[in-house]
Amino acid sequence: MTAFIIYKAIMCAGVFLLCLGAAAYATLWERKFAAFLQDRKGPSRAGWGGILQPLADGVKMFMKEEIIPNVSNRALFILGPCLFMVTAVITSSVVPWAKPVNIGGVVYDMQITDINIGVIYLLGVASIGVYGIMIGGWASNNKFALLGAVRASSQMISYEIPMGIALIALIISSGGSLSLKTIVEAQDAGVANIVWQPLGFLIFFICALAETNRAPFDLPECETELVGGYHTEYSSMKLGLFLFAEYINMFISSAVIATLYFGGYNFPFAHELYAKLGLADGSVWITLIGFGALITKVFGFVCLFMWIRWTLPRFRYDQLMNLGWKTLLPLALFNLLLTVVIEYFRGNIHF
Amino acid sequence: MLGYTITQWLFGTLSFLAIMFALMMVFTRSPVNSALYLIMTFFCIAGHYLLLNAQFLAIVQIVVYAGAIMVLFLYIIMLMNLNADEEPRKHVVTRAIAGIIGGMLLFVMVGALRGAEQLQTVQGGASQIGLVKNLGKVLFSEFLFPFEIASVLLLAALVGAIMIGKRDTNINSKETINN
Repeated sequence: MTAFIIYKAIMCAGVFLLCLGAAAYATLWERKFAAFLQDRKGPSRAGWGGILQPLADGVKMFMKEEIIPNVSNRALFILGPCLFMVTAVITSSVVPWAKPVNIGGVVYDMQITDINIGVIYLLGVASIGVYGIMIGGWASNNKFALLGAVRASSQMISYEIPMGIALIALIISSGGSLSLKTIVEAQDAGVANIVWQPLGFLIFFICALAETNRAPFDLPECETELVGGYHTEYSSMKLGLFLFAEYINMFISSAVIATLYFGGYNFPFAHELYAKLGLADGSVWITLIGFGALITKVFGFVCLFMWIRWTLPRFRYDQLMNLGWKTLLPLALFNLLLTVVIEYFRGNIHF
Repeated sequence: MLGYTITQWLFGTLSFLAIMFALMMVFTRSPVNSALYLIMTFFCIAGHYLLLNAQFLAIVQIVVYAGAIMVLFLYIIMLMNLNADEEPRKHVVTRAIAGIIGGMLLFVMVGALRGAEQLQTVQGGASQIGLVKNLGKVLFSEFLFPFEIASVLLLAALVGAIMIGKRDTNINSKETINN
C-alpha cells in the first residue's frame, strides 16, 4: 500500500512538473517561432539564445503590482484563474505517457490513472474548463470582461458537440473502449487511428483549437473589440495564470491528439527496433524511447498550433458560429455515419 | 476509523456537502452564487454515483448538468445582471405563509421517512450495472422502447426551442413594409 502511494505520488508530481515545464518553454518557443515566421530574432537576451526567458517572464509576473478592482466580487475574482489552471492541469491524469515499466518484478503504468471512462472524462474536463473564464470575467465587473466570458462560454459549448461526435466515431473504429490505455494498446497492435479516421481527426483538431482559445479562435480575448477580453481587469500572477494555462491546455491537447489519433507512445516499426536492440518487454529503455516518441509528436502538434496562430487571421464572431454549427456538426455526423458503414464492412460491428 | 469504513466516511462527507451546498443555494441572495452552489451540489451527487460504481452516470452528470446546462444558466444570469440588492423584499405575510407551508411539507416528509428503515438498502459497489458496457446493453435491449421514446421527446423539445428562438424574417419584413 505504501509503495503504491509513493508510486502514484511520484507519477503525479512528475506529470505536473512535465506539464508546467513544457508550458513554460512553449511560451519561449512560441515567441521564437513567431519571430522566425516574421523574420525577426525573438527573445535573445536572457541566457544563451534566450533560454532563460520563461524564468525572467515568471519573475516579472510575480513582481508586478496586484490590483483587485474595488467593485469586483473578491472571492470569485480570485477563484477564476485558479479554476482555469486546475482544469487545464487535471486533463493530464488520463494520458498514458509511456509503455509500462517493469522494475523488480512489479509493472508500473506510466499513467496517473486508467479510468474506464477516460474519453468522456476528457470531455467533462473540457466542459467545466469554461467556468474559470466565466467566473473570472463576470467577477471583474467590467463590460468587456463579461462580453469576453460570454463569448468564451458559447464558443466552448458549440465546439464541444462536434468534438464529442468525432470521439464517438473514433471509439467505434478503435474497438469500443473508452479507456485511453486500451486505445493506445490497440494502436500498438494495429495501425494508428488516423488511418481510419482522417476526417474525424480534422474535426477533433479544429475543435481542440477552439477549446484552447487559440487563434484563429481567440475571440474571447479579441483586442480590437474587447480590450483584453475576460482578463482585462487581471494583473500580476493572476493574469499570468490565465496566460500560462493556455499553454498547458495546448500541450495537453497535443498529447491527447497524439494519443487518440497518432498512436501515443508507439511509432512505426517499434517492435522491429526493440527486437534489434535486444530489449525485453518492460525494459526502462523501451519506456524512455516511447516517451521520446510521444514528446516528439506533441512537439509537432504544438508547432502546428503556433503555425496556425501566426498564419491565419481571427474569425468574425458569426463566422465562428457558422463554422461550428453549420459545417463541423454536419461533417461530424457524416463522419460518424461513414465510420459505422466502414466498420460494418470491416466486420468490426454486428447487428 | 470510529468503526466506519472509508466508503461510509466518503458517503457521510459527500451527503453533508451536498445538503449544505443545496441549502446555501436556496439561502444565498445573489443569483450567481446560487448557480455556483448548485454546480457544487451536482459535483457532490456525481461523487455519490461514483460510490455506487456508476462511473458513466457520474461523468455524464458532470458533462450534461455541470458542464452544459449550468453554463447556460450562468450565461443568462450574468447577462441579465441580477443583483442581490435589486431583489424585491417580500411582505411579512407572504413570508409567514411560505414558512407555514414549508414546515407542513417538512412534517409530511418526516412522517413519510419514519418507515424508511424497513426499506431494502442497495449495496453500493457490488452492482456492475453502472459501467458503460452493461448500461448500454440494458438500454438497447430491455429498455429500448422507453429509451427511444425519451429521444423523441428530446427531439420534440429541440424543434420547439428552435421554433421559439428563430426570428421569423418574413413577418418582420412585411411589418416594415406596412409601416
